Amino acid sequence: MAGIPHEKYSAKSRPEKWLHERLPVVSLIYDTLMIPTPKNLNWWWIWGIVLTFCLALQIVTGIVLAMHYTPHADMAFASVEHIMRNVNGGWALRYLHSNGASLFFLAAYIHMFRSLYYGSYKAPREVTWIIGMLIYATMMATAFMGYVLPWGQMSFWGATVITGLFGAIPGIGEALQTWLLGGPAVENQTLNRFFSLHYLLPFVIAGLVVVHIWAFHSTGNNNPTGVEVRRGSKEEAKRDTVPFWPYFVIKDLFALSVILTVFFAIVGFMPNFLGHPDNYIEANPLATPEHIVPEWYFLPFYAILRAFTSDVWIVQFVSFITGGIIDAKFFGVMAMFGSLLVMALVPWLDTSMVRSGRYRPMFKWWFWLLILDFIVLTWAGGRPAEGIYAIISLAGSAYWFLYFLVILPVLGVLEKPLPRPATIEEDCEPREPPSAELESQL
Amino acid sequence: MKTAAAAAAFAVLAESAFAAGGSGYVEDYDFSFEGPFGKYDQQQLQRGLLVYQEVCAACHGLRYVPIRTLGDAGGPGLGSGAIKAFAANFDVYDEELEDFRAATPVDNFPVNDSVGAPDLSLMTKARAGFSGPEGTGLTQLFRGVGGSEYMASLLTHYTGEEKEEAGTTLYGNETYSGGWISMAPPLEDGLVEYPDGSDNSVEAMAIDVAAFLTWAAEPKMTARKQMGFVSVLLLVVLSVLLYLTNKRLWAPLKPRHGE
Repeated sequence: MAGIPHEKYSAKSRPEKWLHERLPVVSLIYDTLMIPTPKNLNWWWIWGIVLTFCLALQIVTGIVLAMHYTPHADMAFASVEHIMRNVNGGWALRYLHSNGASLFFLAAYIHMFRSLYYGSYKAPREVTWIIGMLIYATMMATAFMGYVLPWGQMSFWGATVITGLFGAIPGIGEALQTWLLGGPAVENQTLNRFFSLHYLLPFVIAGLVVVHIWAFHSTGNNNPTGVEVRRGSKEEAKRDTVPFWPYFVIKDLFALSVILTVFFAIVGFMPNFLGHPDNYIEANPLATPEHIVPEWYFLPFYAILRAFTSDVWIVQFVSFITGGIIDAKFFGVMAMFGSLLVMALVPWLDTSMVRSGRYRPMFKWWFWLLILDFIVLTWAGGRPAEGIYAIISLAGSAYWFLYFLVILPVLGVLEKPLPRPATIEEDCEPREPPSAELESQL
Repeated sequence: MKTAAAAAAFAVLAESAFAAGGSGYVEDYDFSFEGPFGKYDQQQLQRGLLVYQEVCAACHGLRYVPIRTLGDAGGPGLGSGAIKAFAANFDVYDEELEDFRAATPVDNFPVNDSVGAPDLSLMTKARAGFSGPEGTGLTQLFRGVGGSEYMASLLTHYTGEEKEEAGTTLYGNETYSGGWISMAPPLEDGLVEYPDGSDNSVEAMAIDVAAFLTWAAEPKMTARKQMGFVSVLLLVVLSVLLYLTNKRLWAPLKPRHGE
C-alpha cells in the first residue's frame, strides 16, 4: 500500500519466509493492522468498527435464521413464530437481527455525517466516499427486502408502496414494477426473490467494505483537522501518526463495548420499541393498514418522497413544462433518489479548499441545521402526510437540496476560513500557552 | 392575540389527534411484567388462561401457541398431567390421519375462525397503547409499547351504546380505533368463577386475560430479560476494563497539562 511511509512487514522465521514467498497473507494482515493512523482522531471516528461489527452480526444471525425460516407466503409468518417459540435461542437471534439493522443504520448515519462535517469526502478521498454511498444504497435495499420477509402487514404494504415507486416512472414503470415483483402484485414469488437477494446482498456489502477500507488505507485517514499526515520520511510521519494496532483497536473496542451495552439493553428489555406493531399481524392483501410507515431509518427519505404533492408550485411547474409526463408521484420518486444523489456528489459540490468544518465558521451553522433537518424529516416521515406535517416535510426537503446544491458551492467562495494547524502534531500540543510561572521554572 | 395563538395550537393538536387515528383511550394499568426485572405472575396467567378458555376461545384462536408451553418456566406453569388433560379438550385436524383427533401437548392451540374473529396469539404485540408525544413514541421508553394495557382497556371501556351498520351490530368502545367494535362486551362481573376465589370483576378479569395474552405473545420474555441483564452486566465490566486499558495505552501520547 502506497501512502504514508511506515515500517513494512518482514518475514523472520523460516516458516514465515516460506509462506511469504508463496502467499504474502501475513504481510497483508500486518500492514493493514499496523497502518499509520493520525493520532488526533476523536470519538467520531469509532463508528467504522461498529459498522464492521454490525455487518458480521447480521450475517451470522441471518445465516442461522435462514436455517429455520420458510420463504413462502403461506408459511413465512408462521415460521417466524416458530423461530420465536420453538427454536432454541431463536427469539434472541431474531431480536438481535432486527435491532441489529437499526444499530447498523444509526452507525452509518453518524459515520456519514462525520464525513460531511470533517470533509472526509474531499480530494483525495472521493472514491472512499462513493464506495461508502454504494454500501449505503445496498444496505437500504437489503434492509428493505429483509423487512418484507416476516410477511407481516407492514412487510407487505411497505413492499407494495416501495415497488410502486418504480411503477411511477413514465413509460416503462409498470413493466419494470411487474418485473421486480415477478407478477402484477406483491405475492409469493416476490417473497422468494426478496429472500434470495436478502441473502446475497450482505456479501456484496462485505466486498464493498473491503474496497472501502482499501481506498482509505491508500489515501490515509482523514482527521479532525483535515490536515494531511506529513509523508516526507518515516520519522516525520511517525510524529503525526500511531499504528492502528494497538492504539485504535483498543480505543474502538472500548467504544464498541459501550455501544453494545446500550444495544443489548434494548434487545433484552425493549426489543419491539423500534418495530411497528402492525408487523405482528400476518400480511393481508385485502386490509390496508391505517398508516403505512417504513422502518425509522428510511423515514427522512420517505418524508422527501411524500413532500412533493400536486399542490406544490414546483411540481405543477415541472408537470406543466413536461406536458404531464412528470406527475407528482414521479416527482416525489425523483426527489427521493435525488436527495441521495446530491449527497453522493458532495465531493464535487463542496467548493471550499478547507477540509475540516472545525475551521469553517459559516459552514458549521449550516451543517448543524442539516443535522436538525435530518431529525425533523425522520419525525415528519412517520406522521400522516397531511396538514402541518406536509408543510414541515416540504420545508425539510427543500433545505436538504439547498444545502448540497446551493449552500456548499457558495460557502466555498464567501467563507473566510480560520487558521489551521500546520501539522497534526501541532494539533496534539496543549492548546493554552504555558503560564508565566511554569515558563520561569522551565 | 394570545387566544388566537392558543386556538391555532389547539387546532393543530386536534388535527394531529384526528390524523393519528390510531387507538383511542388506553388506561395505563400496572402489570407485574413491566420494567427490566418484571416477571409474569403465574397465578394471574392461570386465571387469564381460564378466562381465555371459558370466554375468548368461543370465537378466537391461539394458532401459534404450542399447548406444551403452558408448562414452561416463567409461564402459567401447569403440570404435565394438567397440560395433557387440557389438550384433550381440543380437536385438531391431523394431516396424516386426514381426520380430526384429540389434541396432545405437542399440538398448538386450535385455529378458530368460526366467526371471523382475529387470532389472539400475537394480539398484545400487534397493538400499541402509547405512541406520544407527537408520534415520536418516546413515551414507550417509560411505559412500554402498551399492547397489554390496550387489551385490558379494550375489554373495560365499552360505552354501552350500540348501533346497526350494514346488518351487523357495533358496540361503542372508547379504546377501539374509530370507537365502534363488532365484538359484543365479552365480560360481565362474576362471569368466570376463579378456583382461588380471586376478584372476578370485569376489570380484574380483563387484566388477567391481558396478562395471559401477553405471555402467549411473548413466552420467552423472562429468558430475554435475563439475557439482557447478564449481557449488560458483562459489557459494563468489559467496558471498564477496556477504558482502563485504553487510558493506560494512550497516556504516554497525551500531553499532560502544563508540561
